[in-house]
Amino acid sequence: MENKDIVIPATDDPDTAGFWAAARERRLVVQRCGDCGKMRFPPRPACTCGSFAMGWHEVSGRGRVWSYGVAHAPTLPAFADLVPYVFAVIELADAPHLRMVGNLATSAKAAINSVPQDAVAIGDEVTVAFRPVTDEVTLPVWIPATQSEVVQ
Amino acid sequence: MSTLTIKDRVAIVGMGETEFGKGLAGSEMELACRAIRTALDEAGIAAHEVDGLSCSNMEATHEEDLADTMGFGDITFFSRIPAGGGGGCGTVGQAAMAIATGQAKVVVVWRSRKRSGRASRVWGKTAQEVTDYEAWLRPFGMIRPVDDIAPMARRYMHDFGATREDLGRIALTFRANANQNPRAMMQAKTLTMEQYLGARWISEPLCLFDCCLETDGAVAFVLVSAERAKDCPTKPAYVHAFAQGITPGSSLMANYNLDDPYRLQTYAAATRLWRDSDIQPGDVKVAQIYDAFTPEVLWSLEGFGFCERGEAADFVRRGEIGPSGKLPLNTAGGSLSEAYIHGFNLISEAVRQVRGTSTAQVDDVDSAFVCSSEGVPTSAIVLR
Repeated sequence: MENKDIVIPATDDPDTAGFWAAARERRLVVQRCGDCGKMRFPPRPACTCGSFAMGWHEVSGRGRVWSYGVAHAPTLPAFADLVPYVFAVIELADAPHLRMVGNLATSAKAAINSVPQDAVAIGDEVTVAFRPVTDEVTLPVWIPATQSEVVQ
Repeated sequence: MSTLTIKDRVAIVGMGETEFGKGLAGSEMELACRAIRTALDEAGIAAHEVDGLSCSNMEATHEEDLADTMGFGDITFFSRIPAGGGGGCGTVGQAAMAIATGQAKVVVVWRSRKRSGRASRVWGKTAQEVTDYEAWLRPFGMIRPVDDIAPMARRYMHDFGATREDLGRIALTFRANANQNPRAMMQAKTLTMEQYLGARWISEPLCLFDCCLETDGAVAFVLVSAERAKDCPTKPAYVHAFAQGITPGSSLMANYNLDDPYRLQTYAAATRLWRDSDIQPGDVKVAQIYDAFTPEVLWSLEGFGFCERGEAADFVRRGEIGPSGKLPLNTAGGSLSEAYIHGFNLISEAVRQVRGTSTAQVDDVDSAFVCSSEGVPTSAIVLR
């Protein structure tokens, strides 16, 4: 890895590779059971109904802030220059029982501290965007609706 | 009553603690051995009689090295319990199971940590490429356990009206207990609400005083059958009930994918524990509740049935967790103010309460409840 000052997910785990492959194509997906239709996240090799027919289902990429935290020092060198920054738990509009952790930003390219915590509240509407980090890793990032004018 | 029960058939007859502090001399191995030696001496049991061991899966000292160093006999039972802070009571419970079923006669339980140095923090060693559940958290800057807890805490406060002052009351209550305890790292340091509210943030909404200490130290226990316990010089603390818990859909710390994110692992443990226990939540006069972070205390109070859902903050506000409340908690100061030995020092304080030797002794104690960490695969015991 050229830049050692980052933390990235492994993308070669057979259970989760589909999520990261879709992210590289700027699509947000969750698993959906081919038998019972239940959606789940994080990915698992099987459904609770007993089926192993897990497929990937693209969701709208819209969601709401279920909750959030604001990280302060001390933290890893990769994040030390960014504190304080918000990390949010997003409930998906298509499946509110599924929640993903992600950062908020004013645009796909903006820093993870670009949305100040004063501008964040539980229930805020957000839309996913995608940020390539390495050739393999593209991370979802969430753009608050209140920031959409900034994005224009 | 089921003949399969472990109820009251095994007792903690020896307890050992090293000094708790920062920058202690000696290796983790030496600290473990010193605590175990104290526990065996207190119980009047020779090291060669030890035939069983149980510890946390994060324990860095190894069974075979301990056996070699201490002069144990042949070890025929050993177990390691996940998951981090959830495992403490599980080690005691599985030791009791081993003795009750005849798999072992003398079981040593221990936890040794040298965590006071910043370089020893687990989160500081986060891999550059993360796998498993960490893949969904760490790349987004949720690095430390406190980061995993912070959104859970904020949403709980939002939904149930708990406030920072409520969390502060937990920290202040445990600190006041520690101020009476000469073993506590924070014995000499008082804490006011003004200091709490003015403390630096770690991961909002949690500040410095919502987070436990980091500690060098070790704790050990010796368990034997109730029959053998009669011959020991100490007052036995019988393992009355024990349960572990994983709730379907729960995770390690970051439990956002439960349909009900506040029906955590404790609910599974509680159902089993209270089914087996003659002592029910309303009978418990003193409890030691895992407190790596203040909000965990609220969730465990509710999960184990001491409060209804959403009512724990009000319970705290009414002073019920203080020395003169309905349920005095963490009477030695807990993880927040005595020491953080992954909850094992909570077990020793429960033993002291049963023995009647706590520095914040509750009157007429006939039992003591201890639970391990909420939010991870967990465990709980009732001692009497």
